[in-house]
Amino acid sequence: MSVSKNTTREDFAFRGGFAERAKKELAKYPASRKQSAVLALLDLAQRQNKLTNCVTDNAMSSIASMLGMSVLRLEEVASFYTMINRKSVGKYHVQCCMTTPCMLCGSDDLLPFIEKHLGIVCGESTSDGLFTLSRVECLGACANAPVVQINDDFHEDVTPERMGEILRKLKPSKKNVAKVSPATRGAKL
Amino acid sequence: MLEDKDKIFTNLDGRAAVDLASSKDRGIWHQTSRLVKRGRDSIVEEIKESGLRGRGGAGFPTGLKWSFMPRSSSLPCYLVVNADESEPGTCKDRDMIRFEPHRLLEGCLLSAVGIGAHCVYIYIRGEFVRESEVLQEAIDEAYGDGLLGKNAAGSGYDLELYLHRGAGAYICGEETALLESLEGKKGQPRLKPPFPAGLGLYGCPTTVNNVETIAVVPTILRRGASWFSSFGREGNRGTKVFSISGHVNKSCNVEETMSVPLKDLIEHSAGGVRGGWDNLLAVIPGGSSVPLLPRSLCETALMDYDSLQELDSGFGTGAVIVMDRSTDIIKAIARLSHFYKHESCGQCTPCREGTGWMWRVLERLAEGRGQTSEIDLLLQVSKQVEGHTICALGDAAAWPVQGLIRHFRSEIVSRIETRQEKESSSAVLAEEPA
Amino acid sequence: MSSSMVKITIDGKEHECDSSLTVLQACEEVGIEIPRFCYHDRLSIAGNCRMCLVDVSPGPAKPQASCALPIASGMNITTASPSVRKARKGVMEFLLINHPLDCPICDQGGECDLQDLALSYGFDRGRFIENKRAVSEKYMGPLIKTIMTRCIHCTRCVRFANEVAGIDSIGMVGRGESVEITSLEKTIDSELSGNVIDLCPVGALTSKPYAYRARSWELEKTDSIDVMDAVGSNIRVDSKNGKVMRILPRLHEDVNEEWISDKARFSCDGLACQRLDRPYVRDEKKELVAVDWQEALSRTATSILEAKNRIVGLAGDHSDLESMYALKKMLLALGIDGFDTRQGGACYDPGFRHGYLFNTGIGNVSRADALLIVGCNPREDAPVVNARIRQGWLQGNLRSAYGIGVACDVSYPCNWISDSSSALLEIASGKDRLGVFATLNAAERPMLLLGYDALERKDGKEIWKLCGKLAEKSGMIGEDWNGFNMLHRTASAVGACEIGFNRRENGINPLLVSMAKGEVDVAIVMGADEFDLDSLEKCFTVYIGHHGDRVAQVADVILPSAAYTEKSGMWVNLEGRVQMGFAAVAPPGEARADWRILRALSEHLNVVPSWNSLQELRVALWKEHPDLRELDGVLQADWHSLGDVVSRKEGLHATPIVSRCKNYYMSDPISRASSTMAECTRARRELREKDKAA
Repeated sequence: MSVSKNTTREDFAFRGGFAERAKKELAKYPASRKQSAVLALLDLAQRQNKLTNCVTDNAMSSIASMLGMSVLRLEEVASFYTMINRKSVGKYHVQCCMTTPCMLCGSDDLLPFIEKHLGIVCGESTSDGLFTLSRVECLGACANAPVVQINDDFHEDVTPERMGEILRKLKPSKKNVAKVSPATRGAKL
Repeated sequence: MLEDKDKIFTNLDGRAAVDLASSKDRGIWHQTSRLVKRGRDSIVEEIKESGLRGRGGAGFPTGLKWSFMPRSSSLPCYLVVNADESEPGTCKDRDMIRFEPHRLLEGCLLSAVGIGAHCVYIYIRGEFVRESEVLQEAIDEAYGDGLLGKNAAGSGYDLELYLHRGAGAYICGEETALLESLEGKKGQPRLKPPFPAGLGLYGCPTTVNNVETIAVVPTILRRGASWFSSFGREGNRGTKVFSISGHVNKSCNVEETMSVPLKDLIEHSAGGVRGGWDNLLAVIPGGSSVPLLPRSLCETALMDYDSLQELDSGFGTGAVIVMDRSTDIIKAIARLSHFYKHESCGQCTPCREGTGWMWRVLERLAEGRGQTSEIDLLLQVSKQVEGHTICALGDAAAWPVQGLIRHFRSEIVSRIETRQEKESSSAVLAEEPA
Repeated sequence: MSSSMVKITIDGKEHECDSSLTVLQACEEVGIEIPRFCYHDRLSIAGNCRMCLVDVSPGPAKPQASCALPIASGMNITTASPSVRKARKGVMEFLLINHPLDCPICDQGGECDLQDLALSYGFDRGRFIENKRAVSEKYMGPLIKTIMTRCIHCTRCVRFANEVAGIDSIGMVGRGESVEITSLEKTIDSELSGNVIDLCPVGALTSKPYAYRARSWELEKTDSIDVMDAVGSNIRVDSKNGKVMRILPRLHEDVNEEWISDKARFSCDGLACQRLDRPYVRDEKKELVAVDWQEALSRTATSILEAKNRIVGLAGDHSDLESMYALKKMLLALGIDGFDTRQGGACYDPGFRHGYLFNTGIGNVSRADALLIVGCNPREDAPVVNARIRQGWLQGNLRSAYGIGVACDVSYPCNWISDSSSALLEIASGKDRLGVFATLNAAERPMLLLGYDALERKDGKEIWKLCGKLAEKSGMIGEDWNGFNMLHRTASAVGACEIGFNRRENGINPLLVSMAKGEVDVAIVMGADEFDLDSLEKCFTVYIGHHGDRVAQVADVILPSAAYTEKSGMWVNLEGRVQMGFAAVAPPGEARADWRILRALSEHLNVVPSWNSLQELRVALWKEHPDLRELDGVLQADWHSLGDVVSRKEGLHATPIVSRCKNYYMSDPISRASSTMAECTRARRELREKDKAA
């Protein structure tokens, strides 16, 4: 794994509601143990980044200094957890569970369906920057397999038909497409 | 079959509302202060007597674990609730969190008293975003109602409780990796000893318990150890929430007695095997980490620690993955191997190198690409991983592979032979002059 | 620390071991070697390689990692059973499946732990037929070459950086089989970074300057002493075909443990550049022309004998005891008494032995519980000693550290109070606002480091005396603890004090002043290149040295001498420890060891010394200074007052204390000639600029 180059020009800071939530998260831990909030802050940073939905290098250095960690220690953490994205991700992160319980219930058919529907292969983002498709491991909803997680929501007992509907609902009408930044086009995970 | 009146989780199907008022209607938070006032020793004794064993997979006696916490410590003590539910096949904690959050919170208070902790962290897996929202709301409600915080539930006991979200790492379900993660580091398991009861979160005495373990505590204290231990066989007491997934007609989470026959569980609670019992190929009875059972063994297996151990499998989290005759069993296990390869933290050698090796061999064998001699190689590799790692993930990765080879060696052999035959015949065809 | 002895059984034999030991250490103690990759005596326990598995009963029915398991009474340990062997073989196979089979082109070959242990635990063929993992190389600066595919993820380098060097810049990112050691493409910002090369059990981190230069079995190994600072680190000089190939640390528990600084390790390429390999004299056209020894010596002798005014002798930072003794003897025989090594003008009175020593002793540094740094950056002046201070902090011994001087990152928390010497006066008064005195006074083992930035000032001697006063007043001087330490920068300083080569209480400054004034006719400069060259303008300069560095440019006669790797000599380190190094290679061309040059010159001057060999010289030296006879011995100094301090502020100067060491990597003729050190200088500058930009 190489460490990504991922910089934006503007400095990073938690803004508005994100700043408040960051403060709340920090308050959960003893004052000398701020580092405990690292996952929460990384998560907030990528939620705040509506453009590329990942943690930018600027955000990394800013969070590192907030928590008194070195950037390398933070990079270790960020690279360890699958939900922390260091490279750009589409507006909708479609995560198809492929572990055995979901496999038994048809995820091996579901993933190719999604790939075909979005016109990308697993690991890629659509050229409009709207969707990123990932294969993930067990999401912990096995009694309702197969499961596809899109951003914060689990979609359970999914069939290709239902998946198609879900994806169609997420794709906006054509006039909105232009608003998506060209920076994310064809971005690869 | 467990009667409804004996079910601890009365809203496991999520039909009722989860807010505080509705939870109270279901008996949660009912005179909790009286239970708290019974005091630490009485609580630990009751739990010990109930025979409750940890519901996270290892099955360590809960009361005994609690008794390891120091009686007097200059350092703060912590209770950490392991809600990092990620074991394939297991989805019980999720439903407890989203449908019975107050039961968990009440359990937190009583368990904290049992170990002398005034601070609780609930570590919930990051992917459970909606579940964490429900739980946070319940926490806020409980604080608002005085059930948490200073003088919790009017008991005179102070308890702070915080929700901590993970960010995608199965290994953080291992208790010391979870503590590392909670401290803001990579989730790499620690060397044991020292154990968390001595040196846990922030170097302080800590007990880590599974969601289910904590959530059943209030009911045990209310209804008594003897009630709880009236279910299940000796050493396998109580009721248990089973997750049943895969090829069943009604996959579900269901509370049953310990030692319930596996067949009953599948046939009655989960609506039966798809296509009937005879269509059953194999069952993974305790979450992905345990060796599978072929149908023949499923007939008599009881869902408890001892019975499944006798069958060279394990009870684990009590998550039953059912596979019918349509299943490509090699591929199913290869997929688990991929899971363990993906989730290995990479810290220690056998797991880091062995999980990937096993997965690669299995992927090939699933397609019949390979030699029959590789089956023994695979078995040896799994033995080289097993028991040689820092944490139990190495064992968890090895056991499913060993189970596969134990019960389905012939399947692997025939797949290899079929492919070899196909290849040699097509080679012969290719050699023939046009 | 409370520890008791417990009875354990190892491989059927009963032993009594200290209960604080781990199983691995206990086995080691009774002479049973346990294979390991991640475990290292001086680093925290990681327990990740799993090579050190042993069977232990009572306990789980699976092998245990012996490195992480404390021994307990009644434990029965089996280290060589078939099951243990099988477990280790399994681990070895896992380590090898993704390790490239490139030993023939690997610099670690021949001294590789993996290679060695594979001999005992490896299979004779591989069973892994999948694709091997390939990992991209990482940039760690000009010293460390990475071949990351070879990495076995033992994390020794990560732990060293974290724990010993105190830098957060090596880490392991990713997870599972794709974990990788990385420094995020940044130069490792440490003066001790080269040690990770020794620590790496495989060829993942190797020496960049030494890459492909030699195989370990071709090297001739010579024990020597490092002269790049005053610590006296024990080193091994590896040479091939008469050339120094590399320098490695040698274990000395009381000095450098097993670390050496990057300058000690990597400046050795400078030994092959800019060398003076034959005598020169300056002709009428002011040009240096090569001459033979005879002419160079007679020219020198003539100028000395014809001198009407004073003659001075300066010795350099690397000078060994014997050379300085010989020079001193020669000058004294000529009736000359102007000699010194303190090129930067450090002021202290060498009459007070305890006033110029590092009295605490390097081995005791980590026991100190409070520290006051005055005018130095221990991280650069003595990186190995600084690592000990850090160790003390990590162990929880060192609770507070203060600094007076230029604030710098010393790798442990240090409160830099002020850069003014008056702050010292305030502390010494016992009533400073920050309570530094109170902290020192309350401490059980307070320690003071007095460095050259404070001494190389006009008020240096006042500061020195003030520090002595403070040490006395704050309880640094006790029965079994002496916290007063001079942190010398140069390898020659203490030796020069011990043999009376440095003896002026006001240091070298009066000499330099009279040179500049034209009161000195001849300056004999032996390897000294760090002083103000303007002072040489009016004197006939004889340079005895090995590099065409600063003084060689202006010298009137050049007498080529041997560098430290080319001569046998004694050096006294900052604690007062006498150590001997041996010649690894011969000096180049016509260059000769300093004592030989001085012997020959003495003859030309008609002051023939009694000795005809180095051994005879040493005997003479030891006769005069019997305390220096005991090699590796440290003679403690008794404390008495360093003299009265001018109590009023007037004794001190208001100018801030400044750092005189501009560039750690290039501080002497050898390191200035080293292209590796030049690379380090460039890399560090870039790193600082980047940090500033960020």
